Amino acid sequence: MIGSLLLQVLRIATPYLLAAAGGVVAERAGIISLSLEGYMLSGACAAAFGAYAGDNPWLGILAGALGGMTAAAIHAVATVRYRADQVITGIAVNLLAIGATRFALRVVFNSSSNSPRVAGFAFGNPLVLLGLLSIPAVAVLIDRTRFGLRLRAAGEHPAAAASVGIDVARTRVTAVLLSGILAGLAGAYLALDQHQFTDEMTAGRGFIAVAAVIFGRWEPYRVGVACLLFAAAETVQIHLQSASGIPSQFVAMIPYALTIIALAGVVGRSAPPAGLGKA
Amino acid sequence: MPVAMAIAVAVVVGDLLILSVGQSPGTVYRLLLDGTWGNPYGVAQVVYKATTLTFTGLAVAVAMQAGMFNIGAESQLAAGGFAAGAVGMVLPASVPGVVAVVLLLGAAAVGGAVVGAIPGALVARYGANEVITTIMLNFIVLAFLNWAVAAHLHVPETLHTPGLVTGTVARFYPGAAANWTAVVALVVAAGVGWYVFGTRAGMALRAVGLAPEAAEYAGIPTGRVRLAAFALAGAIAGVGGTNFVLGNKHYYEDGFAGGAGFIGIAVALAGGGRPVGIVVAALAFATLSQGGLAIHAVVPKQMVDVMQAVVILVVVAATPEVRRMLR
Repeated sequence: MIGSLLLQVLRIATPYLLAAAGGVVAERAGIISLSLEGYMLSGACAAAFGAYAGDNPWLGILAGALGGMTAAAIHAVATVRYRADQVITGIAVNLLAIGATRFALRVVFNSSSNSPRVAGFAFGNPLVLLGLLSIPAVAVLIDRTRFGLRLRAAGEHPAAAASVGIDVARTRVTAVLLSGILAGLAGAYLALDQHQFTDEMTAGRGFIAVAAVIFGRWEPYRVGVACLLFAAAETVQIHLQSASGIPSQFVAMIPYALTIIALAGVVGRSAPPAGLGKA
Repeated sequence: MPVAMAIAVAVVVGDLLILSVGQSPGTVYRLLLDGTWGNPYGVAQVVYKATTLTFTGLAVAVAMQAGMFNIGAESQLAAGGFAAGAVGMVLPASVPGVVAVVLLLGAAAVGGAVVGAIPGALVARYGANEVITTIMLNFIVLAFLNWAVAAHLHVPETLHTPGLVTGTVARFYPGAAANWTAVVALVVAAGVGWYVFGTRAGMALRAVGLAPEAAEYAGIPTGRVRLAAFALAGAIAGVGGTNFVLGNKHYYEDGFAGGAGFIGIAVALAGGGRPVGIVVAALAFATLSQGGLAIHAVVPKQMVDVMQAVVILVVVAATPEVRRMLR
């Protein structure tokens, strides 16, 4: 019983962990990640199309990563190359992902709601394991590698980083593309888990990942814990829905409310990287 | 200039999407125009959609003039519509129409202002980031409204409230979605222009947006100005909810905002943050979204969603400092 509950928490947490790990990478490099939702949606759509075309879930995973990366590339070009406002670009990328995936769904499968059934994994989705590993992997990348050092410099003080010869633009583009791959995998998990792509299937999960990044104060392990916490709240809600009498809508508010409280500094201030959002 | 570039790029992307499904761009764009400005029904639909977008565009612009991003217009719009619908469903038929309309416009303004004031207060009091706060609040408010309607106020088997018996706003012609709320939108746009650019309070608001430290030094209570700007933005978006509730369906329905709050960001940007520009941009975005329905038989209507997103991307990319454009 406990085991199956933990497994359920883990399954719900998987897309949060993957996308939030991506969010940490991009934001620590100084690029605001409001577009995780769009990367995830693109990844989910591409994963379903890939798994369908190749009748193979591994192809779905690959396509999902590429789909997320493609959406991230748009964000990277606009914000780094053209120095477009990162907030508005993020929102535009999300709108673009919704429109483009719907267009693709209509053109390829002549449907306004979902793709046909696609191949999935019979015994356990490998992305669950990858989700768990993504947090320590990102922690090591940011704190223990040369790239991580450059990434933190680009995120904390881009001008100073540039003055010591760090290619800030290149570092940031790499970080955003990596975040796109991770969020794309989060989307691939959703599509392969449900054996199809459905319109707007990410349903705000990308923003829960954003919430986890902020609530976890941009520290990978804290962010991972935040993801698990949000997933645990959902799991509890699923099991207690009828017994507790607490409407599901109120449980759904928890991550968002916690994030606002964290931002307001009521319980320990949540401060972003100093160079976040700055060109 | 960025706007012209944005339109050009969006048309190119539109062409590519049209060609990808084996249609001719010329035919599709003609269909789009015929289905919008080419007949009375289309015009009414465009004007109706532009009305809501004018309100949300103004709501984003007011906060922007004060140096803040209002990503919360979506939930402010929904809360305004909800307040109008909830008050409207209990107003008895004996209340005269004019009185009821004023009451419901007020309710919508208050509903939106409350939702706008929350991030405003958090910014003013705690220095919270308004972008994240408004995004998170969107989810909270929309979930709350969904619960309120689904659990308490709905007509059985639906997700909408009982209809108004008084306080509805007349349509421009029988069957038209467009209604006199469009005129309210123009009045509010003019009022915002006067307030922001023609009053002392508006000058303080712009001063806080332009140079907060200098404004603070000059004795302007920056926190209070930011709170007021956000509450005003919320009220404007909230009144936008009456376009649906008072003018068209005559009830509040879960999800009626349908993204108009987010397109409002694009409208405010493309409109340069000024009332006249916002009205024009609202009409343009409304033409696109109504045009999508007109072309759906030959090209999936989502083509226009993609084009709208491209317009936003190019406008922000061609304007390195978006805020500079607003001044």
